[in-house]
Amino acid sequence: MSELKLNPYFGQYGGMFVPQLLVPALKQLEQAYVDALEDPAFHAEFQQLLTEYAGRPTPLTLCRNISPNPLVKIYLKREDLLHGGAHKTNQVLGQALLTKRMGKKEVIAETGAGQHGVATALACALLGLKCRIYMGAKDIERQQPNVFRMKLMGATVIPVTSGSGTLKDAVNEAMRDWSATYDSTHYMLGTAAGPHPFPTIVRDFQKMIGEEAKQQILKAEGKLPDAVIACVGGGSNAIGMFADFIAEEGVKLIGVEPGGKGINTHQHGAALSTGSYGILHGAYTAIMQTSDGQIEESYSISAGLDYPAVGPQHTHLQQIGRAEYVAINDDEALAAFQQLAKSEGIIPALESSHALAYALKLAAQATEPTVLLVNLSGRGDKDLAHVHSVLAGASL
Amino acid sequence: MKRYQQMFNRLTSEGRGAFVPFVTVGDPTAELSFEIIKTLIDAGADALELGIPFSDPIADGPTIQGANIRALAAGVTPAISFDIIHKIRAYNATIPIGLLLYSNLVMARGIDDFYAKAAAAGVDSVLIADVPLHESKLFRQSAAKHDIAPIFIVPPNVDDDDLRQIASYGRGYTYLLSRAGVTGAETVATMPTSELIARIRSYNPAPPLLGFGISTPAHVKDAIQSGAAGAISGSAIVKLIEQHQNEPATLLAQLKQFVSSMKAAT
Repeated sequence: MSELKLNPYFGQYGGMFVPQLLVPALKQLEQAYVDALEDPAFHAEFQQLLTEYAGRPTPLTLCRNISPNPLVKIYLKREDLLHGGAHKTNQVLGQALLTKRMGKKEVIAETGAGQHGVATALACALLGLKCRIYMGAKDIERQQPNVFRMKLMGATVIPVTSGSGTLKDAVNEAMRDWSATYDSTHYMLGTAAGPHPFPTIVRDFQKMIGEEAKQQILKAEGKLPDAVIACVGGGSNAIGMFADFIAEEGVKLIGVEPGGKGINTHQHGAALSTGSYGILHGAYTAIMQTSDGQIEESYSISAGLDYPAVGPQHTHLQQIGRAEYVAINDDEALAAFQQLAKSEGIIPALESSHALAYALKLAAQATEPTVLLVNLSGRGDKDLAHVHSVLAGASL
Repeated sequence: MKRYQQMFNRLTSEGRGAFVPFVTVGDPTAELSFEIIKTLIDAGADALELGIPFSDPIADGPTIQGANIRALAAGVTPAISFDIIHKIRAYNATIPIGLLLYSNLVMARGIDDFYAKAAAAGVDSVLIADVPLHESKLFRQSAAKHDIAPIFIVPPNVDDDDLRQIASYGRGYTYLLSRAGVTGAETVATMPTSELIARIRSYNPAPPLLGFGISTPAHVKDAIQSGAAGAISGSAIVKLIEQHQNEPATLLAQLKQFVSSMKAAT
């Protein structure tokens, strides 16, 4: 078998830990990606889809009211305004084009909050691909509107009841499916995690978030932000936001993991905060596990962050000290969710609310003028029913 | 590791192939699992392929996922699994024992520590379902250090470069996949052509055993007639455990009958 074209590792993290059977499919994908990068027609088509279909560039919004500290400006990168309702649409369009280049006609995907499922469904509808989406039974329950959206756009949604019935189990099922169908089917993994080349491809197809935001904030402020903040489940919106800032050493990179009911409770999804490393879904990275190496079930109020591992580049960025990873718990995220709605008229996704909550914490502590850039990775429409039930009885 | 060589020598002199049953250690409980594995040996298994229960077995279909879930629910850890294997080794000194498991269990307390424990328990080979050739270096090195055979999978889509590497790195036996997909008797084995097995054998790898979807004596017979050195059957056996887990006497009787019939087809 031919050698790999790209480095599958970020420092010591990453790799391609999959059954031998799937290696040719991953190499085929890597080759298709490398070829596409050299093809101007690919870039032109991807760019056209992003601009004319998805609505890029997304705006950068300076919050008018939410900052708790007059010294602190909070800017939001508005991926919530992207077609589909979250950043997920970016990379899915790229992978859908790769699918066509590989001559494959079917797509499988996993989804947690349903945003990647929705993005996959819309890209497949647009580009004439048949898709089936694995979704944890528990997630189907808490993300009904997205399930309906996927079905409207022609996707088949397959409930996964094994394990915890969340994103991790949906990935397991998608990989099982793919190991029988790789000849005709592309696995459209939804985040910058999993086996090589997914962490690289997904990052590269999301890095316009940070590239645009950098230009926009330079235009608005005449300088780079002091910190860039994004939520981290698998880590695709965060790595897309961080990528173009990694070389800017004056800019702090902060990833916000789901603290759930508290990172000391075992009911969280903060893999990077645990300091434990292992192999899940094809990559050596930070994972939540027992001392025996059994994968632990994660927990978060936000389905999109409810995942017991993280993309390997984040683990690397943490290890080399380039990015800092913190945790925000359910209650803090819920409070930020409501606060943004009340003060700015924007209902954020519960995922993005984690990033915002940490920005508000930082802002409250600032003692000098500070510019914070928050990736508002998605909108909260999908979360309304769930938040409504959680807040039932509380006075708004 | 020598036990595989001795087994294949014996089978060659008998003019027969190997029948290798797979079960997950600790399914449905540690106690019954020990009785189950003893029964497999007594009924004529030539070698054993044993899984260590894992939370996320991505290469397994619903049947073997169920075995993992039952064993984990019964509190079976890697340490308990090694205890059971140790007892099996004490029960039978000559049968080759292979482990088939997932990488995170090997990594958890350090790769070398895992192979040391496996060797101490009397294990002859280790196949890690989610470690392909190009990620296998550290695992191969520890395997060699502890005299354990590293097993590699030959999928139906294998190319010549991979065959060359499998022949050079693999010891004990070579795990030949009958088809794509995950484990399970739901999708039956697709018999590889004798041309494919001849092509594989031309690289002179460790003897190929055919697995995935092997659930009847006819499958075993076909596998050996196509040129495989034997066949591995997992899900069909695990299904019996699933069906009769609460009636041990029936379960052991059925297992005995099944293994005998599969062995008879070699």
